[in-house]
Amino acid sequence: METAFTPISAAFGGVLIGLAATLLMLTLGRIAGVTGILVGLFFASDLRDWAWRAAVVAGLITAPVLITLATSQTPVVTIPVSSPALIGGGLMVGAGVVLGSGCTSGHGVCGLARFSLRSLVATFTFMISAAVTVAIVRHVLGG
Amino acid sequence: MRIVASYLIGLVFGTGLTISGMINPAKVLNFFDIFGTWDPSLAFVMGGALLTTLVGYRLVLGRSGPLLETKFRLPTLKVINGRLVFGAALFGIGWGITGFCPGGSIPALGTGRYEVAIFTAALIVGMILTNLLLGQVLRPAKSS
Repeated sequence: METAFTPISAAFGGVLIGLAATLLMLTLGRIAGVTGILVGLFFASDLRDWAWRAAVVAGLITAPVLITLATSQTPVVTIPVSSPALIGGGLMVGAGVVLGSGCTSGHGVCGLARFSLRSLVATFTFMISAAVTVAIVRHVLGG
Repeated sequence: MRIVASYLIGLVFGTGLTISGMINPAKVLNFFDIFGTWDPSLAFVMGGALLTTLVGYRLVLGRSGPLLETKFRLPTLKVINGRLVFGAALFGIGWGITGFCPGGSIPALGTGRYEVAIFTAALIVGMILTNLLLGQVLRPAKSS
């Protein structure tokens, strides 16, 4: 299924992601990694630690709701994936990001911006791994 | 104050993820499908986010500390080990199957699609189980 090439909105969205990462470091001194924030929500050391994580997650979820209200258009989310694949893939992503200590935001944005070698290795690995997986699913299995 | 700041930052973060198309699996999967229906948009998301964070961190980390906490909390682990590479590879496979990474799926929940809830529930179960397993059985890798 084709999707339109949207460099302007992609880059603008990217700048907002970078702005959020910068602001979280400026205010709370924390890395804006969705994996770390989410895992910490379930293993928070105390209420104070839980509260800021819950607030970030609430902000993440309400963003598209506010965009929908402001533009009267729901942001496009097309999911060309079966439910069993979503469950299996979801378990793999969950296990993988905890073992690898981060995901696209934590390693791919914040870690690379700190010149972390671990993040460079992780980002290279998950980008290649995802590309190979898509190639196999779409062009070998023909799904 | 911390809560309000965190919520607003989450809102900016979620707006960026939404506008950029990271919450849309069809778009993410097409980024990886170079020999098929390739859509290079994701490179612009990563580029914009990385450049902004590079400049932002350069300005912020020069300070003595953050505004609302006593100190910066930065990862200290330096070791490149099998766990890091295996974890990243496993994440990549799941990302390639579904088109969702954690930062894509959480804001996507706000669109109210049941498929997003299915993915996110599995994501969280995977995270919690792996974290429990690491804490009780494997123990986090030492840096020696």
